Amino acid sequence: MPTWLTEAEFAVLTAACDRTVPVSGDGPGAVASGVPDYIDGLLGAFTVDPPRIWARGPTSGRFGGEEAFRDFHPLSPLDELAWRIRIEGSQGRPEREFNGPVVGLQERYRSALASLGPDFCSAGPDEQDARMAAVDGFPELLFHHCCEGLYGAPEYGGNRDGAAWAAIDFAGDVQPRGWTDAQVSEP
Amino acid sequence: MTLDAVIIGSGPGGSAAAEVLTGAGWTVAIVEKGRNHLLDPDDLTRPSADYSNDEIKFHSRHFLGPDPLVEPRTFRTGEEDGDRVHVGEVNSVPSTVGGGGTHADGKVPRFMPGDFRLLSDLGPQPGAAVADWPVTYDDLEPFYAAVERSIGVAGLEGANPFAGPRSGPFPMPPGAAMFGAVRSTAAAERLGYHPYPAPTAANSVPYDGRPACNNCGFCSFFGCPIHAKGDPVALLTRTMATGRAELLAETFVSRIRFEGRRATGVDLVEADGSTRFLPARHVVVAAGAIETPRLLLLSDVEHPALGRYLMVHFQTIVAGGMPYRTYAERGRSVTHVHDDMIVGDELSRTAARDAGLPWVRGGLVEHAGAAMPIMEAKHYPPGAAHNRLMAESPIRKRLWAFTMQGEDLPYAGNRVDLDPSVRDARGFPVARITYRPGRHELVAHEHFGPRLAEILKEMGAQWTAVTSSPGRGNAGFTPDSVPESRHNMGTVRMGTDPATSVSDPFGRLHAYDNVVVADSSVFVTSAGYGPTLTLATLAARAAHHLV
Repeated sequence: MPTWLTEAEFAVLTAACDRTVPVSGDGPGAVASGVPDYIDGLLGAFTVDPPRIWARGPTSGRFGGEEAFRDFHPLSPLDELAWRIRIEGSQGRPEREFNGPVVGLQERYRSALASLGPDFCSAGPDEQDARMAAVDGFPELLFHHCCEGLYGAPEYGGNRDGAAWAAIDFAGDVQPRGWTDAQVSEP
Repeated sequence: MTLDAVIIGSGPGGSAAAEVLTGAGWTVAIVEKGRNHLLDPDDLTRPSADYSNDEIKFHSRHFLGPDPLVEPRTFRTGEEDGDRVHVGEVNSVPSTVGGGGTHADGKVPRFMPGDFRLLSDLGPQPGAAVADWPVTYDDLEPFYAAVERSIGVAGLEGANPFAGPRSGPFPMPPGAAMFGAVRSTAAAERLGYHPYPAPTAANSVPYDGRPACNNCGFCSFFGCPIHAKGDPVALLTRTMATGRAELLAETFVSRIRFEGRRATGVDLVEADGSTRFLPARHVVVAAGAIETPRLLLLSDVEHPALGRYLMVHFQTIVAGGMPYRTYAERGRSVTHVHDDMIVGDELSRTAARDAGLPWVRGGLVEHAGAAMPIMEAKHYPPGAAHNRLMAESPIRKRLWAFTMQGEDLPYAGNRVDLDPSVRDARGFPVARITYRPGRHELVAHEHFGPRLAEILKEMGAQWTAVTSSPGRGNAGFTPDSVPESRHNMGTVRMGTDPATSVSDPFGRLHAYDNVVVADSSVFVTSAGYGPTLTLATLAARAAHHLV
């Protein structure tokens, strides 16, 4: 269940993620990794409190220590202003338009997903690629979020079960264990 | 009671000054525009638990600030670009308690004795304002040693044949050598260079109540989750333990107020937007070589050299693809360096002559790889091959690279001023950076890049590539024209002549009796070394001179 996008938008986003980083080889691909949830979580960051922007530290629990990544940092007033501008856009509010209007991620995604069309999910792969390429800036935006959702910490909604890290032999957040001197110098 | 000093900025410069001033009995306020994620909010004499091995938080989402949406800077390569060609991030150092120390990977080399007398030793360069510093290595040596002890530096005395004399050994032995560095140092030695363990502010043994580094690999651009790093945590916890310091985080200084030749205090903008005046007997400005001149300009300080001679280190980056895994994700990000490209040799002297330059200097060369998977993933094209490329991983698993911190010469045209119209979220004009590399930097890059590639080939590289940061700038502005070195220096240069320098040999503004600059703004030349240890050393020395 998406937290910010509609079910229909989420379905189109899922299909677009599947074209951006599909399943191949031993890698799970963007959809199985939960990238659509990562993106929906960012767009809906302010639907929870504290907002889902920065996971807390110092450890996730994957290598010992407390499972602190499950909670998120409260934002300062300036942090909240920055992230509301980034996600919601400036919306004509003077306190957000000190350097002019800013289009937020919510509007960029919502308009891009609408441009892809209600039948995007059932279109063929070539047709899907052509429609995505026709939306200015969208393939780049989506790809960057795919990279973050695939290879960031699972607590942000993507990288489900750490499978994307496992597929590339990346240990992830290794605190508080770290590596021994021998593992560093003579692996 | 009026404060003895207000210190603007809590990075290595402001923290080093704060430790000395509070140690001498002064009462101070440390004003930091960023948030406090370094110290425990319930007990500022202890470190926090906010840092983590989290690439999204630290790389993608500006956890250490500044967020370019609310605190942008602007950029142009020269006046012919118009008012600006870029708005956003420009060589930002963290805006947070601890400043640039929090995200650095902790390499803290001293400058060499000759770095302070470039004009005397080597002579002038056309178009550049090369000058000697008004201080010598010998003046600074006791303060270098004290700051090394204070923050905790690991290194090996005698390992670098070009280093200046030391009054004692490093406080700690070097930490574990990264696997790739074992190979690259061996290759460099075979070609006649002199690599050595990087002097590093990361504990190799438990030190000063903080643990030894456990090699997690999340060093460069991350805060240290276990506080094994010599970021200003030690300086600030000791400062707070004196009971004579107040930390005002999320508080912006918008103006220094003056009466005649004296500052009377500073105007503050607090987190909720309210404003107040904070009086103080002395003002210590340690906001970094971009924000410090910005504040002085916002305060209507006037000097023809203010903001000029900005230097950032023109970086030459040479990468090689190895037929074996390099394990760059394990260890302290950089464990070995060499200085041969600063010192030069017959080949580099010939290259300078061939280019029509009197001399050329490169910079410190860092031996390192690439560790982070989101960064890697963004470098491959999307589509069906992405998973395979990530698994094969020519970047993260097989790359080894050199980054040369090329010495920037001081040019009057490279500068910081106030942008004529772009504002921060608080409504104040932002810093505008005008920068392009000079001919000296480009000649150094062209000469040393291929020589570094030869070392990577000796190490086994199947391919090598030479790039620079920023780009070479011969085709007008491109997005890669914006520097990313994070080494900002100059802009409030020190000297003995008030006509040509803004601050005196102790960082005090010539025009005011009680305003001291305690950061890399005062640098006369940029050497080829990261500025952190030298700026903290100058700050400690300036503070000792005050008390």
